[in-house]
Amino acid sequence: MNKIPTTIKGQESEVSYNMEYEVVIGLEVHAELSTKSKIYCSCTTEFGGEPNTHACPICTGMPGVLPVLNKKVVEYAVRAGLATNCHIAEYSKQDRKNYFYPDLPKAFQTSQYDLPLCSNGYIDIEVDGKQKRIGITRIHIEEDAGKLMHDEWDTASLIDYNRCGVPLIEIVTEPDMRSAQEVKVFLENLKAILQYIDVSDCKMQEGSLRADINLSVRPVGQKELGTRTEMKNLNSFKAIVRAIEGEAQRQIEVLESGGTVIQETRRWDDVKGMSYAMRSKEEAHDYRYFPEPDLMPIIVDEKWKQEIKDSLPELPEARKKRYISEYGLPEYDASILTGSKALADFFEDAVKNTDNAKAVSNWIMGDLLRTLKEKEMEAEQIPFPGEYLAKLVTLIDKGTISGTIAKKVFEKMFNQGKDPEVIVKEEGLEVVSDESALVAVVKKVLENNPQSVADYKSGKEKAFGFLVGQAMKETKGKANPQMINKILREELEK
Amino acid sequence: MELYELTVHELSDLIKEKKVSTVEVTKSFLDRIEKIDSKVGSYLSVLGEDAVKRAMEVQEKIDKGEAKSPLSGIPVAIKDNICTEGIKTTCASKMLHNFVPPYNATVTKKLLSDNAVIIGKLNMDEFAMGGSTENSFFKPTKNPWDLERVPGGSSGGSAAAVAANLTAFALGSDTGGSIRQPASFCGVVGMKPTYGAVSRFGLVAFASSLDQIGPLTKDVTDCAMVLNCITGYDPMDSTSAKVEYPDYTKALVNDVKGLKIGIPKEYMGEGLNSEVREAVLKAVEVLKELGAQCEEFSLPLTEYAIPAYYIISSAEASSNLARYDGIKYGYRAEKFTDLLDLYKQTRSEGFGTEVKRRIMIGTYALSSGYYDAYYKKALQLRTLIKKGFDEAFQKYDVILGPTAPTTAYKLGEKVNNPLEMYLGDIYTVSVNIAGLPGLVVPCGFDSNGLPIGLQLIGKPFDESTLLRVGFTFEQNTDYNKRARIGGEL
Repeated sequence: MNKIPTTIKGQESEVSYNMEYEVVIGLEVHAELSTKSKIYCSCTTEFGGEPNTHACPICTGMPGVLPVLNKKVVEYAVRAGLATNCHIAEYSKQDRKNYFYPDLPKAFQTSQYDLPLCSNGYIDIEVDGKQKRIGITRIHIEEDAGKLMHDEWDTASLIDYNRCGVPLIEIVTEPDMRSAQEVKVFLENLKAILQYIDVSDCKMQEGSLRADINLSVRPVGQKELGTRTEMKNLNSFKAIVRAIEGEAQRQIEVLESGGTVIQETRRWDDVKGMSYAMRSKEEAHDYRYFPEPDLMPIIVDEKWKQEIKDSLPELPEARKKRYISEYGLPEYDASILTGSKALADFFEDAVKNTDNAKAVSNWIMGDLLRTLKEKEMEAEQIPFPGEYLAKLVTLIDKGTISGTIAKKVFEKMFNQGKDPEVIVKEEGLEVVSDESALVAVVKKVLENNPQSVADYKSGKEKAFGFLVGQAMKETKGKANPQMINKILREELEK
Repeated sequence: MELYELTVHELSDLIKEKKVSTVEVTKSFLDRIEKIDSKVGSYLSVLGEDAVKRAMEVQEKIDKGEAKSPLSGIPVAIKDNICTEGIKTTCASKMLHNFVPPYNATVTKKLLSDNAVIIGKLNMDEFAMGGSTENSFFKPTKNPWDLERVPGGSSGGSAAAVAANLTAFALGSDTGGSIRQPASFCGVVGMKPTYGAVSRFGLVAFASSLDQIGPLTKDVTDCAMVLNCITGYDPMDSTSAKVEYPDYTKALVNDVKGLKIGIPKEYMGEGLNSEVREAVLKAVEVLKELGAQCEEFSLPLTEYAIPAYYIISSAEASSNLARYDGIKYGYRAEKFTDLLDLYKQTRSEGFGTEVKRRIMIGTYALSSGYYDAYYKKALQLRTLIKKGFDEAFQKYDVILGPTAPTTAYKLGEKVNNPLEMYLGDIYTVSVNIAGLPGLVVPCGFDSNGLPIGLQLIGKPFDESTLLRVGFTFEQNTDYNKRARIGGEL
């Protein structure tokens, strides 16, 4: 059980309630599938493109045209179902969801109503060190709608049908989540899974992953669920967290002031940090679902299901466990690395080329993630291959460069995408291990710092460190530090 | 004899033997349309010069030996709910009065690749809803046998054009009898093929699970020739059947010996006009004499076919026609206040009464709280009706009966009584519900001299047996010859 935060970002006053409340959250997540062509025609699904250039008579619902189901869409949805432990229906069908809106050219969305492709699955999440299983009610396939553009002309709205007919899966969860944090972790896990199995790129900013939130509150200990609201228009994890906290507090305040929560659809305005009622249950559409007569039932036989199962890659959870056992990584590091497929792939690319997995992991967890964050980049955009990171680690392990130099080499690798061996060679960054050269350096340092020499001789050990630093400085960090130590002692003892 | 009086196979022979040119043939029909169609009103668009140009191109191909299909150079007219690239396809509706599809229906493509010459688009009941072609937004079509009477519908333009020799053959569509009933009223041959045998791609949908395109022709031989062209699996239509499609002309055998023909007694009872009944019974006698085994049997649930049909077809129509909203193409109301008002005004003004009636019936039947009572029940009935036919076809090769309870009625006679109009579909709708093929051939005339059509119903994908029975009947009676009097107009 999680308590509701008593303060909410942006609000000054502390609020205290008569009762302790529990928030109950279920999600409807839409993920655009990354198939090459649309769900019922051969138009490209590519994002962007001039308005209405990725559209044809079929996806714009012209008179007389007919849909033909893209088999890949079924395959991708089954992949998603298998990766989330769902039952895959041998027989499912598609239905029409009827409503009028200009972005929906047929005035119905082809979706699945009572016989979805996948059902009864789950995803395990971990929040505050505790495992929790979140139920997946169903996953079904459907088509996306077009996009209205209201701002371009004064007197009219324009419609772009490029997105119309792009395949989606809708993932409906059980009302198993109890906090914004659980929702966030669930969505992160879901996103990682969908990316791992290569069915969706899950780019929230492009709308290829969208979540609607069904939320209710009830006094702790009460069995019956409270009245829920549905919140739409959530396009970032941050917005989702804020919306959940905001809506939970709104509902609690309604209850606390003796009111009742109305079942309705609300729109979250992330800028204002408030939700607005869109339509109540009474105003809700009657979608008049009925079986799509232009399409045949979907049959997924055991053989096809097995083929899809066999083609699934290792999933994040399994990968995480493997990183812990195979590379001896701490659980925290392993879960960060496997949280993004691109990052995990990068890691594996690196450890193929070095035995020092721990060092690779440290570089990723440290310098690499920090740099990505600074530059607001995603793991997909790392500008050099994992192999380069392995080379960098090897250069350090072999003593070819020092740790200090390595940081500089890493920076150059990131900015120029260059092979670290080339950088080291081109810029002469190898550690200097030539004894006679280093003796000359040490002698020069001693000559220039008579006071420190005197201090050392009078027993001040600190002065030794200063002299080492000076010698390293003299060699621009390239000197082999062990050798500097040794030569310096020898020269001072002379 | 004029060229326009000839059948497809007669014209095809003349063209092949170079006795006439395709241009002569096309012009013969175009001239006749020019002269006569103002009386009949079967065409919504006529492709004058374009058709002649096309005929010339086809003639060149024939001369080079590149056009071998028997339909090469044969004029065809197409019901206006079948898409023709660059040619208006209106569905006889104000809603699509200006719609020019940028694509061809699969059947249009097939006709073109067989080098047929499209000479025009034919009138119909708006969106194929109706049985008299009086529901056309543009004009009613008249029955060539009596211009005071309806040609039937919804493919009334197609049937009238064939009957009046205004085209060599026509394509129609049949959702609940829309090819067969007008064929019966106009004394021509009409076939509704098995559901899935002809691609529906490019047929503007009325009721997707029932619609089927089929030919209207002057005789059974022509019917078989056109079927050879238009049937076949189409990857663009998910409901298209992947089966072997035979050469239908092989079925044109003058022999019905040993064939088992069942006559549902429910088709011969109350409500059936006595002259129609007599003509059908006489046809049974003819077939018996030719060696067929005919007997009456009971096809239960016949009385439920009409309610089941009107619920299923209207439900699908309410969804199929929702796309006509004034946003993308077709009619848009001139005055509106906001989006909802745009929808309301456009659809109120753009659709005719019958279409609106069906949309309302269908919307109601699918509404939450009513779905189980109406739509779901209708689907259950559909299963049972299919089962009834399956059982009958264990015993019989062909089911025989009337096509419509009456012959052609007067224009305006039933306009204000939709229910009576709906009951006229009693013998045809079951065939669509069960997805079966149905063939109509002329089998007599009533006391007013109006043609009567005999309906033959077959097993799924067994159009061949229907053609065989129809052909034999045609060869051994003079009804077809007597029915080909359109030239008197």
